[in-house]
Amino acid sequence: MLKRVHFPPSVLPYLLVAPQVAITIVFFIWPASQALYQSLLLEDAFGLSTKFVWFENFTALFSDDQYLDAFKRTFVFSLSVAVVSMSAALLLAVMADRVIKGTTAYRTLLIWPYAVAPAVAGALWMFLFDPTLGIVAYVFDMLGYTSWNFRLNGNEAMVLVVLAAAWKQISYNFLFFLAGMQAIPKSLIEAAAIDGAGPGRRFWTIVFPLLSPTTFFLLVINMVYAFFETFGIIHAVTKGGPAKATEILVFKVYNDGFVGLDLGSSAAQSVILMAIVIGLTVIQFRYIERKVEY
Amino acid sequence: MAQVEIKGVEKVYPNGFKAIHGVDIDIAEGEFVVLVGPSGCGKSTLLRMVAGLERVTAGTIRIGERVVNDLEPAQRDIAMVFQNYALYPHMSVFNNMAYGLKIRGMSKAEIADRVQKAAEILELSSEQLTRRPNQLSGGQRQRVAMGRAIVREPSVFLFDEPLSNLDAKLRVQMRVEIKKLQERLGITSIYVTHDQVEAMTLGHRLMVLNEGNVEQLGTPIELYEKPASQFVAGFIGSPSMNFMDARIGAGGDTVELPGGVSLPLDGAGGREPGRAVVLGIRPEHLEATTGSDVASLRVDLVELLGADTLIHGHFGDDKADMTVRLQGTSTLRPGDLYPCAVDPAHLHLFDPDSGRRI
Ligand SMILES: Nc1ncnc2c1ncn2[C@@H]1O[C@H](COP(=O)(O)OP(=O)(O)OP(=O)(O)O)[C@@H](O)[C@H]1O
Ligand SMILES: [Mg+2]
Repeated sequence: MLKRVHFPPSVLPYLLVAPQVAITIVFFIWPASQALYQSLLLEDAFGLSTKFVWFENFTALFSDDQYLDAFKRTFVFSLSVAVVSMSAALLLAVMADRVIKGTTAYRTLLIWPYAVAPAVAGALWMFLFDPTLGIVAYVFDMLGYTSWNFRLNGNEAMVLVVLAAAWKQISYNFLFFLAGMQAIPKSLIEAAAIDGAGPGRRFWTIVFPLLSPTTFFLLVINMVYAFFETFGIIHAVTKGGPAKATEILVFKVYNDGFVGLDLGSSAAQSVILMAIVIGLTVIQFRYIERKVEY
Repeated sequence: MAQVEIKGVEKVYPNGFKAIHGVDIDIAEGEFVVLVGPSGCGKSTLLRMVAGLERVTAGTIRIGERVVNDLEPAQRDIAMVFQNYALYPHMSVFNNMAYGLKIRGMSKAEIADRVQKAAEILELSSEQLTRRPNQLSGGQRQRVAMGRAIVREPSVFLFDEPLSNLDAKLRVQMRVEIKKLQERLGITSIYVTHDQVEAMTLGHRLMVLNEGNVEQLGTPIELYEKPASQFVAGFIGSPSMNFMDARIGAGGDTVELPGGVSLPLDGAGGREPGRAVVLGIRPEHLEATTGSDVASLRVDLVELLGADTLIHGHFGDDKADMTVRLQGTSTLRPGDLYPCAVDPAHLHLFDPDSGRRI
């Protein structure tokens, strides 16, 4: 336990946190409460009258197969993004840890994708894989895989958005994995080498277990990212299509609310998303305390 | 068990720093050799080259019959105890010790058997075997680290300052245990320390390193009685040897201190009269005497240690601070004169420029 230091009462601390509190209220609490309130209303199609309907929007959602499908899809999507992105990042981090010359250049280059805006990243991947223009599609063609068309094939569309979303997150994961690996005392690896473990075995029995707090932290962060921050990518690449194959929850909120103008249902969906993110954050905070000691 | 032969070994780090300038030593089977020297002299570097954790720049290292220069640590049949113990934090104590055995594909029953035996030798209870390293005290962790080395039954043990993280009392206790253990198992050992007491008590032979050079290699008693250089003389023995600038007397059979004091030398030759030398005298060799015409030390400070008394003082006008160790308690007070004599056999002369023994 840390000892708390006591200061005489003063208004200064309150003044200092005031801007932060104000920002939180204006940009988070207030819209959140609006969404909460809106989720209990039902508005007619022309926006002329609203009715207070309690939890009808929610019950309607959970009996809606389309919504449940979107839920499953989102789960598959975020887990795939997390797994793909973290595996790639881990591999890069392992290699970066071994690099001796040009370390800084290598690391800096690996961080660049993080600076690319989601929509731009999406556009980039869309062009690469475009069935008629894309260079990757061209390569697929040459390799004999001529039917590639993510605009028609739902699974291919899903693979593409997963790749695009995962790619953007690699830098972030890479930084954490690299820092995590460098925090592992070198003598542990040396001890394992003397004990007879080869590089692969050292990685799986020593490094990887010791990285588990980092891995868990990143898993949650990546899930949250895939849930909420991939809107731009999906919007740029597939717009949720084809036939809703890539419509994840956030995208459905937008589609139902701003395209379909079903504001009540859309608000109810955002409230559910809010609950999910709060849940993930709680898990995060509860378990992140359990750090491994060296 | 195996002998270790180190021949002309040098180490240049990738940044161009030359850490080891050529070391030669033959270590016999079952011998306990201690590498000792001040911080940064290259002890760990040399040990890590034997372990295979650093590449050898020049020379050869042989363990048993094999040249191991290009072998992986795993292939060298060695075990190492690290200064920070390097226990795997996510494994139980049992698994820490069993790790190397599992990798060698030993059967479960034999692993359990060996770990059990090691635990008994090191007095680790079976309950402690189930704990994680961070649930153990420093001394217990140290034992686990030793255990991990023992179970492997390697042909060479390497120790890199294994006791330096322990408190003084535990250090003495573990020192004795390491000594007993090594004698019992008879495994060739190389032990790095910068603590000269550890070095003197543990080693069959000591190698004193200074800035990557071997200053002297010999038994503890050889190093104590015939230090090859002023560096070794000052390093071995506690409190350390007194040094003062002096000159060989006109007859070549005495040594003259600046304060006008002259001490007789024993008969060895090679001492041209008038030559400048550094005279070294160990604190325990400045013995009290009653005879006339002796050197007298002016007492500046008295330290009572219980079993011994340390007296700090100086000869006549000479500024050099001298330390004297007397047995028991002494009644001397600051300002007193302490008449003393030194057996000529206990006078050490060094060349002021090269620092080598004359
Ligand atoms: N990786 C390295 N690159 C360059 N120089 C190094 C490297 N490792 C050690 N050195 C240098 O080599 C010299 C010897 O280092 P070493 O670790 O062997 O010292 P030591 O005798 O074990 O000291 P200590 O008692 O402090 O552990 C030191 O001057 C150190 O700065
Ligand atoms: Mg060292």
